[in-house]
Amino acid sequence: MFKILSKSALAANEFDIWIDAPQIARNGHAGQFCVLRVNETGERIPLTVAEYDREGGRIRMIFQTVGKTTTALGKLNEGDCIHDILGPLGTPSEIKKYGTVLMIGGGVGIAALFPIIKALKEAGNKVITILGGRTKDLVIMMDECAKYSDELIVTTDDGSYGVKGVVTTAMDMLAQRGEKIDYCWAIGPSIMMKFASLKAKELQIPCWVSLNPIMIDGTGMCGGCRVTVNDKIRFACVDGPEFDGWGVNWNEFMTRLRQYKDEEKISLEKYKSEVGE
Amino acid sequence: MAISPKKTPISEQDPKVRAHNFKEVCLGYTPEEAMQEAARCLHCKNAPCIKGCPVAIRIPDFIAAIKEGDFEKSFDILSQSTALPAVCGRVCPQEKQCEGVCTVGRMKDRSTGLNNEPVAIGKLERFAADWKASQPAVKPTPVPYNGKGKVAVIGSGPSSLTVAGDLAKLGYKVTIFEALHLPGGVLMYGIPEFRLPKAIVQHEIDNIRALGVDIEVNVVASRTVTVDEIQKNFDAVYIATGAGTPKFAGTPGTNLNGVFSASEYLTRINLMHGYEFPAYDTPAKNSKHVAVIGGGNVAMDAARSALRLGAESVTVLYRRSVDELPARIEEYHHAVEEGVKFEFLTAPVEYIAYSGDDKNEMGKLVGVKCQRMELGEPDASGRRSPKPIANSEFTLEIDTVIEAIGQSSNKVLLNAWPELKTNKYGYIEADEATGGATSIEGVYAGGDIVTGAATVILAMGAGKTAAKAIDEYLTAKAAN
Repeated sequence: MFKILSKSALAANEFDIWIDAPQIARNGHAGQFCVLRVNETGERIPLTVAEYDREGGRIRMIFQTVGKTTTALGKLNEGDCIHDILGPLGTPSEIKKYGTVLMIGGGVGIAALFPIIKALKEAGNKVITILGGRTKDLVIMMDECAKYSDELIVTTDDGSYGVKGVVTTAMDMLAQRGEKIDYCWAIGPSIMMKFASLKAKELQIPCWVSLNPIMIDGTGMCGGCRVTVNDKIRFACVDGPEFDGWGVNWNEFMTRLRQYKDEEKISLEKYKSEVGE
Repeated sequence: MAISPKKTPISEQDPKVRAHNFKEVCLGYTPEEAMQEAARCLHCKNAPCIKGCPVAIRIPDFIAAIKEGDFEKSFDILSQSTALPAVCGRVCPQEKQCEGVCTVGRMKDRSTGLNNEPVAIGKLERFAADWKASQPAVKPTPVPYNGKGKVAVIGSGPSSLTVAGDLAKLGYKVTIFEALHLPGGVLMYGIPEFRLPKAIVQHEIDNIRALGVDIEVNVVASRTVTVDEIQKNFDAVYIATGAGTPKFAGTPGTNLNGVFSASEYLTRINLMHGYEFPAYDTPAKNSKHVAVIGGGNVAMDAARSALRLGAESVTVLYRRSVDELPARIEEYHHAVEEGVKFEFLTAPVEYIAYSGDDKNEMGKLVGVKCQRMELGEPDASGRRSPKPIANSEFTLEIDTVIEAIGQSSNKVLLNAWPELKTNKYGYIEADEATGGATSIEGVYAGGDIVTGAATVILAMGAGKTAAKAIDEYLTAKAAN
């Protein structure tokens, strides 16, 4: 059992929680994730860790309520327990001095991007960060990302803050001003990662993406999370979650994400009818 | 009195009924039936059955106790050799082990000239274990710590449970690290409820906990606790992480929606209770026409599970013939009785995707293109190898494929522990003669992570010899 130490709301349907988990905090690294199960009849879902507090023995998770499990998780409060958390899982991000790195985040993916921004900054890189969202309220962690970035650009679809447009608009702006970028990371909704990868390829910038396919065990024993990267089958839970964005088969990846759409709806509706909105 | 040529019949759920539920198929012997079956044992002096059992259970003795009606004594005799009798009585391939060499089974019936059936050793083992479980529980008293050391056991499948139980009985402090949220390994996530009820596995695990073994779930050794931490905090290590990574054949269309590894399919159903969706959150797909690729026990389990989830048709595609089928013959018969269809000498060549205009159907599996095979010369394994027959392609309408073509070793721990030598197949190099000693002093390994996917009882056998070796190692170390 893993106790929730604190909880706050970040945006509509987005929560920020700190959880007591000393072992995971001690051995976790940027780019890794956990698999959690809310209660005894629950499913196992992957969630990225936004921060490891080694001294405090706690980890930070940021999530959006999109289905039954995240909705149930969002109903838990300080002092409540999550039944199971397994982690840290996956291969850590490759942190070293690249020179100038471009960090691109969208939606709740910004939480997964944040520890990598921090680690790359601490490794001596020049960090330029682009955060994108539909509207200003949906761009989370702006101040925290700014703290570890040499430059922060925010884009909003509706122009309510920063640059009007999407993250690739800002990538073009950087290219036009002649900014030389050695490596980039794009983490967010799959459609954003797809287009950011295509743009990065166009600009000839190597690009890591963090894939979030359906997972069950998260330890390499089922292949439910398999993805095709550069024509090879890889298991995102152990070979990833970070892969070469240029090589990902995005159509296949997005199709596989929709595999349980009907069942997900049944589950959420049943839950809402039992618990209320 | 002549021996009955046949085994005492055992009651089973009606195939028509059981094909739609996950309750256990075989209902087990009553005490009277068990005593009647026990009377068929000749109590041979040379007891070939003992040699046929990987953990050398004193078979004639435990059966004699059943014959006398002393079930407690029977269970005690079993317990001296096995930690999981209720499990092994159910899932061992007895026809290839103890029962395969039973003297009764090698005698011919005088009136018919046909071979007798062997004594139903597995069913009797199961009977004794189930009888014991039905009695008021007497909790075992943990043996006080012997001061000789702490042992970390990585994984909680049958091999680990055996090592942990044996070492705890010798007074060692044992901690099991398990990655999943429930211990039991393949007994929990792999073998379905209708063959091995989870309550039975849980009961056996509770017994091992009662011996003082500490089981930490949600721990991936090498990630949640590092290899350095394990080596610093423990005096010996036993690795039995199994062969849990699925292989995919690489058939075109492998990543279509509707194609699963058997590991995923069975984990969703067994560990996550997918058959009870939406009472449990993890869904298992509702399929109409299912193809299972492979011919082992895992393939049988997947096929029979798919049927129970309500599929209209389930077809096993196996590239060899019925004679080479690696599955237990009892399970093959159960599958046929329940309505699973078999296409022998058949291999898939392509998984076919939907190609119409409905956007919701994009990326879904709609068929399997197959090819007929013929058997050629025996290969290195002694089995005749299948060869495709030209122009024999045909297509089946299929919406779900389950690949059950084997597993390989999981690399998560091995990658983090480069000093641990592995062989060319990616399994740990461990010396069976020295109880599973690896390339690192004090680190032992056994079960499927050493042998590749094998049986529950072999994994337990490796656990038994490793426990002995670890005890000797730590005893010698403590004396220095």
